[in-house]
Amino acid sequence: MTITITNIKRLGSDALTSVTVENGVIKGWNLPEQGQVIDGQGGTVAPALIEPHAHLREPGQTEKEDLASGLAAAAAGGYGTVVSMPNTSPVVDDPATVRALIEKAAGLGFARLKPAAALTRGQKGDELAELTYLKEAGAAMFTDDGRTNENARTLRLGLETAASLGMVISVHAEDASLRADGVMNEGAVSEALGLPGNPAAAEAARVARDIEIVAGLAAQGRPARLHIQHLSTARALDLVRAAKAQGLPVTCEVCPHHLTLTDEALRSFDAIYKVAPPLRTQADADHLLEGLRDGSVDCLATDHAPHTRAEKERDLLDAPSGIAYIELAFPLMYTRFADTLGLERIVDLMTAAPARVLGWPAPTLDAGAPADLVVLDLTTPREVNPAEFRSKAKFTPWAGQTLRGWPTLTVVNGQVAYQRT
Amino acid sequence: MNAPVSMGPRPRHLLDFQDWTPERLKAILDNADTMLQVLDRPVKKVPALQGLTVCNAFFENSTRTRTSFELAARRMSADVLTFAAGSSSVSKGESLRDTMEVVTSYKVDAYIVRHHASGAAHLVARYSGKPVINAGDGRRAHPTQALLDAYTIRQEYGSLEGKKVAIIGDVRHSRVARSNAELLPKLGAQVVLCGPATLLPADLAGLNGVTLTTDPREAVRGAHAVMALRLQRERMQGGFLGSLQEYAHTYQVNEALMQHAESGAIVLHPGPMNRDLEISTDAADGPRSRILKQVENGQAIRMSVLYHLLVGRE
Ligand SMILES: [Zn+2]
Repeated sequence: MTITITNIKRLGSDALTSVTVENGVIKGWNLPEQGQVIDGQGGTVAPALIEPHAHLREPGQTEKEDLASGLAAAAAGGYGTVVSMPNTSPVVDDPATVRALIEKAAGLGFARLKPAAALTRGQKGDELAELTYLKEAGAAMFTDDGRTNENARTLRLGLETAASLGMVISVHAEDASLRADGVMNEGAVSEALGLPGNPAAAEAARVARDIEIVAGLAAQGRPARLHIQHLSTARALDLVRAAKAQGLPVTCEVCPHHLTLTDEALRSFDAIYKVAPPLRTQADADHLLEGLRDGSVDCLATDHAPHTRAEKERDLLDAPSGIAYIELAFPLMYTRFADTLGLERIVDLMTAAPARVLGWPAPTLDAGAPADLVVLDLTTPREVNPAEFRSKAKFTPWAGQTLRGWPTLTVVNGQVAYQRT
Repeated sequence: MNAPVSMGPRPRHLLDFQDWTPERLKAILDNADTMLQVLDRPVKKVPALQGLTVCNAFFENSTRTRTSFELAARRMSADVLTFAAGSSSVSKGESLRDTMEVVTSYKVDAYIVRHHASGAAHLVARYSGKPVINAGDGRRAHPTQALLDAYTIRQEYGSLEGKKVAIIGDVRHSRVARSNAELLPKLGAQVVLCGPATLLPADLAGLNGVTLTTDPREAVRGAHAVMALRLQRERMQGGFLGSLQEYAHTYQVNEALMQHAESGAIVLHPGPMNRDLEISTDAADGPRSRILKQVENGQAIRMSVLYHLLVGRE
């Protein structure tokens, strides 16, 4: 199959050109039109985005999301590849489930699925899963995301094993005993609202512990790669900075919602703003943004975490945590931070940067590279309309806001995975 | 053009005191005087709310508060629908919104909401389209309790202006403390919150215009009213306290502590009391105690609030 996308700009250039893709690879730029011709309408072409952290809820919680809705949503958001989290029901902790998920996703024709597998059996935190078999089945990485790795020894054993397999372990860094029953950031707002708080120290204390484990292994000549998910506090970022300065193999990600929202949003008592880790303060958000600028934050992740509307309409104690917005992550980042970070840094944080964290080859737009690409409309403002979401979670904190940078076409493996109509 | 402009816009709900001007709050207290007179008559009933239905939506058990609201509504001739959710579908995970939509279809005119989660009354206000009175939500607010506390103090001194109120106990988990800390400064009083460090708010900036201390003597020094908060026994399991005895040793409101307060200082407690834990029997039953007065005033205050929200709206 051959597609030519005309009337486009290659990222980093203002000249109009075209790109031709054939048999899943980029055949070349500015070639004579061949095969199906798609008008790119002056959009900018970038490598398709990579989502290192999404919850697709299949198996077991398909009323919230499933592979078809989640991967269609990802494609609509400009993503070519999604790493799904294993905290499904049952947990993705066996090779057969990993294979089944990959096969099912491949037949859907949306974004590509790279499932993460559980680090421990049932994500219970005590016994390691069969990491070797899980890698062979196609697992992208290991994580007990959703759980907090309370058993430090098990995490250490997992890091040793994963290192021998060349794999990264990603962690939800939060001390469960310090978090206790906290449902939002502990601070002036939680006190004013009378809601149990989750202190910044719950994250920082756990990041410090995990870095010490990595440091101990590194000192013994056993470098194990640790990736810290959805960093939310300034303190924890400073700890990661210090670890990097020592040359430790520690990476971290930040979510756009922690950059664009703060605990002030909870004054609405709307559980749509309940996330784990919680929305923090403006000072934290500013610090995280600074980390994106200076490179101490490695990549962006949405932590797309769909729930049903009814669940999110519960009170703040009972409602589950999570925001689902994979469809508007790029427009949100571009609209809010193009001035601060620049287009190319934002694209890097959502493409090559997660690839580096996962140990994958860097995506490029050169001839011969895999044909995973996205066309971005950087000029036309559009309102966020949750009714149009492909995700089953048709609600968002940004509903009604006007954003720019919407994807208009996503090509995955040489096939159209999304085209705006 | 006889609208009382100086009082500010009339809030639709009583969720907390954010939208309430001091003038409107004083009007509620003033009106409670009239309601108390009603309660002194042989026939304790006025037709003010005739034809209206008030829904008592209690998602958390509280016999006292529920009874007080129920009587207040009935004494104003309202019909009362009581919705106690302890055993209902709510405990099976039905959303608050779905529950309220069912109740809304019963065509009630106002909701009185009690819930274990902070902010639940705000959600009901958003979904119901009718006036909502917060009868206690999580740690957030219990505005009618604070109003009856203010009223009880005003009864004693004629005004709250320049009065010092000490609130002692588990401030961190207390909606009563939060509501009083919001209300009393609006009425001119000074508030000191006192308790063990583990039971004080984690971030002081969240509670404006009040001072905090771990020293009960400092808290009651010069106080005109001292309020003991109910201590939940689970706080020991939660690791907040070494032991209940240890707590009582330092923080119990008793005659010895009251010696450090103003000479005529009164003792308050939102009830129900753990006698000889957060409050001693001598303080609870002694001449300073206004605890039963609070209960009586509670009914008048709730009548006044219902009247304010439901009658004479333009
Ligand atoms: Zn997650």
